[in-house]
Amino acid sequence: MKGQLILLPGRSAKQGVGLNKGKLKEEYIRVTTTLEVSFEDAAELGLETADIVKISNHIGETEVQVKVLREGKLPVGYAFIPYGPPSSNLFDGETCGTGMPASKGMTIDVEFIKKGVKKKTALPPKTAIG
Amino acid sequence: MSVASKDNKIINEKIVENATCTFCGCCCDDITLTVDMDKKVITKAKDACVLGKSWFLNHVIEDKPIARIDGKEVSLDEAIDEAAKILMEAKFPILYGMSDTICEAQRQCAPIMDDCGGTIDTTTSVCHGPSGMAFQGVGEPTMTLGEVKNRADFVMYWGGNPAEAHPRHFARYAVTPEGMYTPNGKDDRTVVIVDVRHTKTAGVADIFLQLKPGKDFELLWMLRAACKGVDIPNDCKDICGLDKEVVEDLFQRMKNCTYGVIFFGMGLTMSRGRHFNSGALMALATDLNEFTHFVAKPARGHGNVTGADNVVSWQTGYPFGVNFSRGHPRFNPGEFTTVDTLSRHEADAALIIASDPVANFPKPAIDHITSDKCKLISIDTKNTPTSEAAHVSIQTSTYGINTGGTVYRMDDVPISLRPAFDSPFPSDLEVLTKLRKKVNELSKKANRPYATKKYI
Ligand code: SF4
Repeated sequence: MKGQLILLPGRSAKQGVGLNKGKLKEEYIRVTTTLEVSFEDAAELGLETADIVKISNHIGETEVQVKVLREGKLPVGYAFIPYGPPSSNLFDGETCGTGMPASKGMTIDVEFIKKGVKKKTALPPKTAIG
Repeated sequence: MSVASKDNKIINEKIVENATCTFCGCCCDDITLTVDMDKKVITKAKDACVLGKSWFLNHVIEDKPIARIDGKEVSLDEAIDEAAKILMEAKFPILYGMSDTICEAQRQCAPIMDDCGGTIDTTTSVCHGPSGMAFQGVGEPTMTLGEVKNRADFVMYWGGNPAEAHPRHFARYAVTPEGMYTPNGKDDRTVVIVDVRHTKTAGVADIFLQLKPGKDFELLWMLRAACKGVDIPNDCKDICGLDKEVVEDLFQRMKNCTYGVIFFGMGLTMSRGRHFNSGALMALATDLNEFTHFVAKPARGHGNVTGADNVVSWQTGYPFGVNFSRGHPRFNPGEFTTVDTLSRHEADAALIIASDPVANFPKPAIDHITSDKCKLISIDTKNTPTSEAAHVSIQTSTYGINTGGTVYRMDDVPISLRPAFDSPFPSDLEVLTKLRKKVNELSKKANRPYATKKYI
């Protein structure tokens, strides 16, 4: 199962709390490796909450865990991920003369890898830091 | 003060009234902290939000070296000598970060880069940098949050999610507080949220407008045109995803309020259009002053990112992305901003202060900053991917918890910090003052022409 979505990375309260506990700690890693997908897209791509998927674009790739949202929470065709090392792995360095990388609205490929465990376990980021 | 705990142990407790939380740009300065002075931990943070509580309660004095070079413990002076040498020997040194430290420490940074002919940039370049550019283009119809609390009857959040990023913004400043001319709190205000996602913030909205992603500029320009008497187009829904009647109603509300305010976030500045989006929004707020009083303000993220912009602006004339290689400050986003200097593999030394580009930057920039082509120096309060990847890593104490000083709230209001307890780690101010002195010495020895310039 493979498809394309548009990624909207952003902040979340859980990410902020995880950040205070430590960026190298489990909670932060878990939060920043969670991809929120709309109800409709999940059905289309055959994805369920806790599935592990590979998301990639021309810059890089990373593995994340899916969380399916209730209807209406996200526009169809879009996915959300809290800022962190996995989302950075997909950002292009091109800033179009502004200093600001285009970090919202990039097209990503989403590919199912395996079923995951629906509990609060950390998903070790496959993306190497550095 | 000594108090007895539940199991009758005597705890050496200290209460800090009106402490300031520096986790986000709200800089709430009404927090009451309870500190266990024996264990050196904060046990309660009354009135802080979930983020503020996690900021205060997770703060521990870590058992680790103050300074490391390539992972090995060294003295602070050795680390500073090495950092100064790297910066002076580099062809294109950069300094980045500063949004999570006090203004007094921030003001040491421009002189350091001036002496070594480098480039100084703040985290603004990757959050509200486009807004900084737009301020220069169209001006800023500004205010303080006190004014908003007392006067605003139309409050709009555009491309931001304060319920998760600035949780007390609603209750302290903009939505529910009872103000002088808004005595009934939320009942006296119309709250409008414009976003592409139905976030937690949408829950407080009287009107939630789910915009088509990437169509902010189009909607803003329609509203600007409406200010000049142009009708909202019939194909409005195709353009931005909102019905014509909805946009017309929105415009009437904006025009007819007594005091309107738009807070905007990175949903606007990071999307296609970037500084054109921020510029359009501020120009719209200015246009609305033909009918009523209207202001706009970026909702800033880090505790003192606003201070970083202010300090770098009063020292160099520009807020971020400033280069000193010709002996005078030059501003050029896209050329002197950190993502660009790293992604283009130009920087060969990077001094990172209270920031974590290795976790947050685009991959090409991370690849360069962590490569052997760029010597990385980190000054931070916590272990981060950046501090771990750094050649020279200095651990400092945390502003607002261990050290005092000045921060600027998101509305440019300066606030003094009340620290809770001491830390064995040096402050950013101490480390940067020493580094500034060392770089200046080396710069004079090397006969750099600008090494004697005076900074305030
Ligand atoms: S709103 Fe921001 S400054 Fe205020 S307590 Fe929460 S995190 Fe701290």
